[in-house]
Amino acid sequence: MELALALAIGILGGSGVWLLMRPRTFQLIIGLSLLSYSVNLFIFSMGRFPIGSPPILEPGGAGDPANYADPLPQSLVLTAIVIGFATTALFLVVMMAARGLTGGDHVDGRPPR
Amino acid sequence: MTGWLEHLMIVPVALPLIVGAIMVALDEQRYRLKAAMGILSILVMLGTSITLAVQAHAGGAVSLGVYPLGNWPTAFGIVLMLDRLSALLLILSSVLGLAALLYALPRWQRMGAHFHALLQFQLMGLNGAFLTGDLFNLFVFFEVLLAASYGMALHGSGVARVKAGLHYISVNLAASLLFLIGVSMIYGVAGTLNMADLAARIPNMPAENRPLLEAGAAILGIAFLAKAAMWPLGFWLTPTYAAASPPSAAIFSMMSKVGVYAVMRLVLLLFGAESGASAGFGGTWLMVGGIATILFGAVTVLATQDLPRLAGASVFISSGTLLAAVGAGQVSVTGGALFYLTSSALAIGAFFLLIELIERGREVGADVLAVTLEAFGDGDEEEEEDEEIGAPIPATMAVLGACFLCCAILLAGLPPLSGFIAKFAMLSGILNPHGLGEGPALVAPSGWGLLIALILSGFATIVAMARAGIRNLWAIADRTVPRVGAVEIAPVLMLLFICIGMTVAAGPTMRYMQAAAVSLHTPQEYVRQVMEDGP
Repeated sequence: MELALALAIGILGGSGVWLLMRPRTFQLIIGLSLLSYSVNLFIFSMGRFPIGSPPILEPGGAGDPANYADPLPQSLVLTAIVIGFATTALFLVVMMAARGLTGGDHVDGRPPR
Repeated sequence: MTGWLEHLMIVPVALPLIVGAIMVALDEQRYRLKAAMGILSILVMLGTSITLAVQAHAGGAVSLGVYPLGNWPTAFGIVLMLDRLSALLLILSSVLGLAALLYALPRWQRMGAHFHALLQFQLMGLNGAFLTGDLFNLFVFFEVLLAASYGMALHGSGVARVKAGLHYISVNLAASLLFLIGVSMIYGVAGTLNMADLAARIPNMPAENRPLLEAGAAILGIAFLAKAAMWPLGFWLTPTYAAASPPSAAIFSMMSKVGVYAVMRLVLLLFGAESGASAGFGGTWLMVGGIATILFGAVTVLATQDLPRLAGASVFISSGTLLAAVGAGQVSVTGGALFYLTSSALAIGAFFLLIELIERGREVGADVLAVTLEAFGDGDEEEEEDEEIGAPIPATMAVLGACFLCCAILLAGLPPLSGFIAKFAMLSGILNPHGLGEGPALVAPSGWGLLIALILSGFATIVAMARAGIRNLWAIADRTVPRVGAVEIAPVLMLLFICIGMTVAAGPTMRYMQAAAVSLHTPQEYVRQVMEDGP
């Protein structure tokens, strides 16, 4: 499980960074999205990995904290997802505006000669 | 703090949020109502911030206001915290917000959609970032102010702005991801994101966890430094600031200070003298990076031809100076740096506003304006321009020239204005590490480096500003005298008069800054107050 998650974070992050370096705006936005997925998984993994334990207290007392998952990283991920979603949408609008104004999808408006 | 005063701390965050949300719902045609609401909101914010600063200054050595939202115990709930530094920055952001809004009244508010709402959200983000007491809410407020700044950067549209905005947004989105990685690593190691709680836990942290904590802090630092535009993370800054509309650029001069604030707060709180094995972490990097940024800024200032880029380059010098001063880690240097922060934010804001007025007499500026006017279908209002800018001021060139001179003196740090006092205070702190006339004057090599860089950058700024002034104010034989409205020059004069006021009242101002620096350098007292003042 740890290995699968680590690989997922690594592959998503690596692909994201590579795409960030590309010169087209479409590649840029996909790269940013992949990176944000990998970051979200990373935040999640920072709350340790209790398998099958909910972050919600059971009725009738808290009991042993070891039985529960840490709820804070989960709420952090939720906030990060929402904010990432909004900023990606905003970026998409700017991308469309740049496409309309410059007539190309190069990040600098036009490719260098 | 007792009674209703206790709730004053939430005003700088809640008020712009509410006002901005109402503005979004209002129709774009009702810009006069929106402007009135905006001015009122910022004036209330300014009054609140001044009251908070007076309260913070009236208290003891570390005077701290703690506002637990939702009344949870401080270590678990969300808290706002106020000390002298946050109060100072709250005042500064309201002042710059007011200047930007006043400047936008004649023209810029109608050059694009939702100017007033964006300005309010921008101020909300800034104020929140200065007040918040935990790292995750710092992230949230950073995102609020960045999202608003994306809109502000693109205000007025046009190819140059959209192109620069695209780069600006992508760099900042990537930096925000680094921010998240850093925050989650720190949480993974320390188990808390509350700044005071973190500062309390770091000294007792087991040695095997320290590398991970320091890596997390370093990644977090990279995110802040990208926003503060430290070399080599700040190449996005000049094109974005130069392309932005003047009111947006004026408020952006505050935005790069947020990165500096975050670095200053966290380095001194988490890695101060009492933080055990991690003490002084990052100080050398900040010093070296700061000096590199100053030198890069000095070269850029000399290399630029046009005024907006010159202003952008002086942001580099300002950021670099502040970062290096934080890296020095001495109380007296930090005090001088806070004075410098205030003075340079005001001066750069005024300079960005002034530039458009000076360039209005030249054809280049007129072109850009014509394009934006056309894009928003305001082209037929051309003949109403007299009415649009309000009553033109007399002796335009003399006033513009005097303002330019003031900006040049402030940015270069020449006597008699506040820029000089700030630099003098920092240099005196570097040369007398144990206080004036006390202890052996052993200056670290990095101190000499900063001293040389500061003086060189001042010299470069003077050369560049003199050249730009001659070219733009004297050398154009056939220039038309720009028509400048009283409402447009008023914010520039306001910002410059505050700088002059800081010079005249340098004693009390510097005492405030030094007290703020002392409280920054005594983190254990800060931690104690946060943990005890909670419910």
